[in-house]
Amino acid sequence: MEATHLWWIGEKEPGARALEHVRQHLERALGAPVRIWDDPGRPPDAYDHRRKQWSTAKILAWLGTVGPPGKVLAVTDQDLFIPILTFVFGEAQLNGRAAVVSAARLGEPGLPDPRVALERLAKESVHELGHCFGLVHCDSPGCVMGRSSSARDVDKKRGEFCSRCRDRVVRSGGESQ
Amino acid sequence: MTGENTRVLVVDDEEIVRESLSGWLHEDGFQVSTAADGRIAVEKMKGERWNVMLVDLKMPGMDGLQVLEEARKLQPEAAVIMMTAYATVDTAVTAMKLGAFDYLVKPFDPEELSLLMQKVVAQQSLVRENAVLRMALKKEHRFRDLVSKSAAMQRVFELAQVAARSNSTILVLGESGSGKEVLARTIHEESQRAEGPFVAMSCAALTETLLESELFGHEKGSFTGANARRKGKFESAAGGTLFLDEIGDISPKLQLDLLRVLEERKFQRVGGNDPIDVDVRIIAATNKDLKKAVADGSFREDLFYRLNVIPVTLPPLRERKEDIPLLVEHFLDRLEAEMKKRVKVSPEAMASLLAHDWPGNVRELRNVLERGAVVTQGDVIKPSDLGLAPAPARAPGSNAPGEPVSLDEVEKRHISDVLAHTAGNVSHAARLLGIDRVTLYNKIRKYQLRRDGEDADPVAG
Repeated sequence: MEATHLWWIGEKEPGARALEHVRQHLERALGAPVRIWDDPGRPPDAYDHRRKQWSTAKILAWLGTVGPPGKVLAVTDQDLFIPILTFVFGEAQLNGRAAVVSAARLGEPGLPDPRVALERLAKESVHELGHCFGLVHCDSPGCVMGRSSSARDVDKKRGEFCSRCRDRVVRSGGESQ
Repeated sequence: MTGENTRVLVVDDEEIVRESLSGWLHEDGFQVSTAADGRIAVEKMKGERWNVMLVDLKMPGMDGLQVLEEARKLQPEAAVIMMTAYATVDTAVTAMKLGAFDYLVKPFDPEELSLLMQKVVAQQSLVRENAVLRMALKKEHRFRDLVSKSAAMQRVFELAQVAARSNSTILVLGESGSGKEVLARTIHEESQRAEGPFVAMSCAALTETLLESELFGHEKGSFTGANARRKGKFESAAGGTLFLDEIGDISPKLQLDLLRVLEERKFQRVGGNDPIDVDVRIIAATNKDLKKAVADGSFREDLFYRLNVIPVTLPPLRERKEDIPLLVEHFLDRLEAEMKKRVKVSPEAMASLLAHDWPGNVRELRNVLERGAVVTQGDVIKPSDLGLAPAPARAPGSNAPGEPVSLDEVEKRHISDVLAHTAGNVSHAARLLGIDRVTLYNKIRKYQLRRDGEDADPVAG
């Protein structure tokens, strides 16, 4: 099975330890190898000057053409949007190859511990990749596939799949068997 | 929140909005479809059921408010959420007045959209629960006016339920007052024609020409007094059920007319030439022995077979006396609602009710109980309140030979006999007597008659 890749496409330099933390978290949750894809490429026309945000649709389309083989999760520090919403934490192709997640709204000002924002980023990374493995949102308490519309919602979730979602990930080849 | 059982229709002229919103909803497990304009949305409403519609307010051609109006008509239980890029209070208020569930201003705050969809899923689940409960209640009250625990009546209910699902002609047989119209109405309510009209017509009350005009309608000027074109019962019952009571009493000419309608599914208004298509389920009823009528030549055999597709026979009350306590309870509940008075029946009165022969069947029982509830001094009906004392036996309208009686006495006895025949149904009795109901009521008062025919011998049929 092809490995899943993690690709930093943000503006600032990410801390290597932060990215590694997310990678390890993903490997644990998916039960499959996850590698860092180090490439300076950035989506050329995904920035919307009117909204001053990045279009997830354009990022996902770009990832599909230039990204590494297998599933790929792009991580950014830039604010993301879909046309009907004021912002999104991330977006993914359901049962597809590409996903994107943003840290821009996960670490609100005044957050006492930066590790909280990092945990949130790890959870939302698992969440978006879950969609690539065919998972829709889940109602099980604490499941990482629960819908998060605010940072508070993210804090309520665990960083892992519930047993039902995990089974589906396994069936779609996410977890090493 | 997951919306696995929730079908959502997104209506917006902007492709990017349709895609992005349906993608977001799809992630929550909603079953989503899209429509690029109002016209397509209305077509989709005609073909499929939707729980939620997210409709853009400003669209070229048919706008969101027009789509909302159509949705209220076509799918009133669907929740319609209006989407607008212009947060004007006016449009929001108009939409809410027209029955919108809520509105959202584009672009939506994710939390707001999420909470709204949670609210709508909860509301739709209540709508579904309500529908299930309504269905269960309907089942519980199925044949609600035909209360019975007797095996014979249970067989009638089962047959009637099967008959209700078909479109075939039904012939209801039973004595006067046994509930033939109630059964016909219930079959109609249980049938696929329930949304259509239920039109009842008694064939015994009218002359041949009047009945012909009542059934088939007439064109203007077709006879003296036909000042305008008038629809008949066949037209009034279009899409529904036509109940023809006392079918055994119609003239040979009308038997032939009715046979033609049943065979050709077409008829003409009196004085008209244009054939009109018939779209009615016919339920005919009679208290006569139609087979005997066929044998003696007074009823057409071919019409009998056309009507007798599904025969349902209602047993007389005297053959199912075990139902009397149940029926008493049922009618006392009804009377309580109508008279705002709760009465009981004393054990002695119940014994009288069980001993009575009930020639007027369930209708007579209802009338006797109504009388008892009115007459009783307290809240317990006693035997004397029922007025069930057996009358001296005599032939209707007769007197001891050689005893001349006054005209008033003859009238009193005749009215009494007719009331007994109709089991106290004043409207029916008035029609048979050829007088109006007010006149009959006056005469009942004048002669101090009971509505179910004081002094009358029990008359079955």
